[in-house]
Amino acid sequence: MAIDFQRTAPRPAGARVGRKRSIWLRLHLDPWLLSILLLLVSFGLVVLYSASGMSESTTVAQAIRMVLAFAGAIVIAQLTPSTLRRLTPLAYGVGLLMLIAVEIMGDIGMGAQRWLEIGPLRFQPSELMKIAMPMMLAAYLHRRPLPPSWRDLVVCAVIIALPVLLIARQPDLGTSMLVTCAAVFVILLAGLSWRFILALAVMAGGAAPLLWFNMHDYQRQRVLTFLNPESDPLGAGWNIIQSETAIGSGGLEGKGWGLGTQSQLEFLPERHTDFIVAVLGEEFGLIGMATILVLYLLLISRGLVMANNAQDTYGRLLAGSIVLTFFIYVFVNIGMVTGILPVVGVPLPLVSYGGTSSVTLMAGFGILMSIHTHRRLLKH
Amino acid sequence: MRKRRPTDKDHLRESRVFRNRSLLAAALILLMAGGLVGRLFYLQVVKHDVFTTRSDNNRMRVEPLPPRRGLIYDRNGKLLAENRPTYNLTIVRERVDDLDETLERLVQILGLPEDEVATFKERSRQRQRPYQPALLMSDLTQDQIARLAVNRYLLSGVEVEAQLVRYYPDPIVMSHVLGYVGRINADELADLDPGNYAGTHFIGKTGVEYTYEGQLHGKAGLRKVETNARGRVLRELDRQPPVPGKDVTLTIDSRLQHMAYNLLDGRRGAIVAIQPKTGDILAMVSAPGFDINKFVTGISYDDYQGLQQDPDLPLYNRAARGQYPPGSTVKPFEALASLQNGVVKPNDIIYDPGYFKLPNDDRRYHNWLRWGHGRVDLERALEVSNNTYFYTMAYRLGIDRLSSFMHEFGFGEVTSLDVQGASAGLMPSREWKREKYNQAWFPGETLSAGIGQGYFMATPLQLAAATATLANHGHWVRPHLAEDIGEEAVKPPFADTKPDVKVDQDRWWQDVFKGMEAVISGPEGTARKAGVGLQYDMAAKTGTAQVFSLGQNQKYDADELEERLRDHALFIGFAPVEDPQIAIAMIVENAGGGISELGRELTDAWVLHDGKLDDTLPTTINEEVESLDGD
Repeated sequence: MAIDFQRTAPRPAGARVGRKRSIWLRLHLDPWLLSILLLLVSFGLVVLYSASGMSESTTVAQAIRMVLAFAGAIVIAQLTPSTLRRLTPLAYGVGLLMLIAVEIMGDIGMGAQRWLEIGPLRFQPSELMKIAMPMMLAAYLHRRPLPPSWRDLVVCAVIIALPVLLIARQPDLGTSMLVTCAAVFVILLAGLSWRFILALAVMAGGAAPLLWFNMHDYQRQRVLTFLNPESDPLGAGWNIIQSETAIGSGGLEGKGWGLGTQSQLEFLPERHTDFIVAVLGEEFGLIGMATILVLYLLLISRGLVMANNAQDTYGRLLAGSIVLTFFIYVFVNIGMVTGILPVVGVPLPLVSYGGTSSVTLMAGFGILMSIHTHRRLLKH
Repeated sequence: MRKRRPTDKDHLRESRVFRNRSLLAAALILLMAGGLVGRLFYLQVVKHDVFTTRSDNNRMRVEPLPPRRGLIYDRNGKLLAENRPTYNLTIVRERVDDLDETLERLVQILGLPEDEVATFKERSRQRQRPYQPALLMSDLTQDQIARLAVNRYLLSGVEVEAQLVRYYPDPIVMSHVLGYVGRINADELADLDPGNYAGTHFIGKTGVEYTYEGQLHGKAGLRKVETNARGRVLRELDRQPPVPGKDVTLTIDSRLQHMAYNLLDGRRGAIVAIQPKTGDILAMVSAPGFDINKFVTGISYDDYQGLQQDPDLPLYNRAARGQYPPGSTVKPFEALASLQNGVVKPNDIIYDPGYFKLPNDDRRYHNWLRWGHGRVDLERALEVSNNTYFYTMAYRLGIDRLSSFMHEFGFGEVTSLDVQGASAGLMPSREWKREKYNQAWFPGETLSAGIGQGYFMATPLQLAAATATLANHGHWVRPHLAEDIGEEAVKPPFADTKPDVKVDQDRWWQDVFKGMEAVISGPEGTARKAGVGLQYDMAAKTGTAQVFSLGQNQKYDADELEERLRDHALFIGFAPVEDPQIAIAMIVENAGGGISELGRELTDAWVLHDGKLDDTLPTTINEEVESLDGD
């Protein structure tokens, strides 16, 4: 810790500079991150207005959610990383218990069950796990010497497996894979040896057929459809054919805001949720797509910088995992809509209509800001 | 190795590892983002045109606007073929809440058997795109439409659509004249202009419907519309209205047609009546007829089998395709051939001992009257239908001259303008026999041909055309069924009309006509019974054709066989002789004889305008047509 302190403290003017930037520091906010987020969310709302068929109520509802999500992020940013770390086992434990509750409820009600209803509130425990999982691993590895030993890895595997299996059983393959991703990123960033990574990759390759046989029919159908959308152009292949058509017909400059025929005439399914990027591609063209990708990459760059500046293992690993997982969201969603990945229910982060995922994502950025802005509190 | 304690953390190393790993991650992220950009570039720039087309195809639909098929009238303006709305049941799956339940309910409402649910389910899948209506059932009854309307609130996604379908008010008597339309099949589709037939479901298959398909069909229009994904038309982008098909007025007089059909009285046969001056086919009957309405939307297998296996061959157009030995009806033409070729003069007497013998041949070719008619000149030869006289003529002419003169009257050729499927019959000749059998022509065969037997075959239409030409003193007008197409009259001269039959002396026509008049009015005339009380001059000739073999598929039945072995009876005639208004040819299969009276009745009705014609029509053929606006 002393070393950390020396690395960040040696500038004599540090205190003075700190005082200068103290508005942001005292508010525990990061102006760069916030501005990029604001730009992204605004662009997202513009697209959503068109994608919802010029529905003001939808757009306003989403805007309100975003304001609340920002507020949530700002609140979380006020908590110190050590507080977060102390709360971690609680969050993970509660998340796990709720997943078990969902499992039991799912046995009672038929079919897929992802929601937990407490009074008027509907809550998706798997969403909480997206944050709680990397927190738990980071908290565990925080206390261990790195790179992780075999014993640590076994413990990590248990921490990962319990919730992931429960989520996969709901069944929600998309979320379980995202949660796994978040966990794997923590371990990779912790310095997992390359030999081990290679071995894992080989094992994953070997397990793929196993996964196939344990999939539900509709999940297999999605994979098959991905491999050949034309096999069922009216059914499962319809979505992907229409989204490719929307994006492709957008061309370089797009058809113009609100003028996308694929989107506005409802050929594009789920146009304001999972497939919203196809609306963007159709109406704003390659230029619009490049713009949003640049915004995402700026956000990720800033996130990685903040993660590297984190002063302890917990902060570093957690921040890194949050940022990388965020990119996976972007990649999987755009990849699926452009037809290079199978269709899994992953929304475009901060743009797709819907509250839960936005709140989770913004909470992640809140944690990022907390880690970044509480550095000096670690001095003593 | 040193055992590490939990607190034994190397922060510098951890931080360095993290930095390296996150740099690596950043590189990977850039790579993957580059992959996405590459994919987007491929979709939006490289394949932009493909997807633009696909997107336009999605939203823009060109809907064909099928033209209304032209109507068909008879010469008096009576409607023979019209278009009636029929109602089809369609379903849009996307608008149905519960498909199984809806289909079960539908089957119940329509009063169909339970197992139709499976059929309906299968049919509901047959379509090209989402939100496209699939056809469940066609030809709904009024009762079914009413029941569907009452239960409409239970049946979201189910629609009743109207479509115009051909309807023939007089389907049986007019069957062989009109032919019928039917659903376009794959072979026909290959030959059609796909643009013009895009919205058309029916095409003329036979008869007038086939011959005048091009005029009756009209020209398809189209409209380009923008639709949403549910197939709802949002706006019309472009419209070219269809040009309706032309109405066709026929030369047929449906009163005469009905009278002719009724005269046959259920017997197998054919009657063709032609107006000599104009070539108008006034009646063209082939009996028995069949219900052409059954063919329009698709005849059932059982019905079709029934028609095909009917020993009376109702589907067979005897008038235009039936090839019969013309028998003695060729004698007037042969008489003219003999006069023109100088082998006989009208008053030359031939002695008939009851038979004819070729030189150097003992075989006797008998007259139908075993003891002979004695002294016979041309007029009497026709009156009594003397065979010996015409054996002599045929022998003197030889097959070459006989055949070529008969060709001038259209035997062995198709002379009609627009009768679908008309057959050429067969006028045998030396060359024909050499080609067909690789055999020499025998003189005995000339004699057979001379009395319309042997290889000689003619259709009733050909006989009527030849009779009309005879009545016209050799002037040819191609027989035709169409009088007007749209506003345009179908008028002679027609292309490819045969040259008129020329004879050296004009009075020879009168000589032949005198003989033909004697057939019906003379004391020995073969049709003298039909001539009692005749109020105008009529020329006629009777004939019989021997039936020598049974068809292969005919069942052996003693009574039936006897009936079917009887000779076919033929009759030709025209009236009035000075100013011919009608020429007729008729054949009644296995009648034995005695059909001249039928010919007389037809000419009476046509020439005397005695009102008999108007009584022949059934009164209830025009049913009320439902309005399309009902739905």
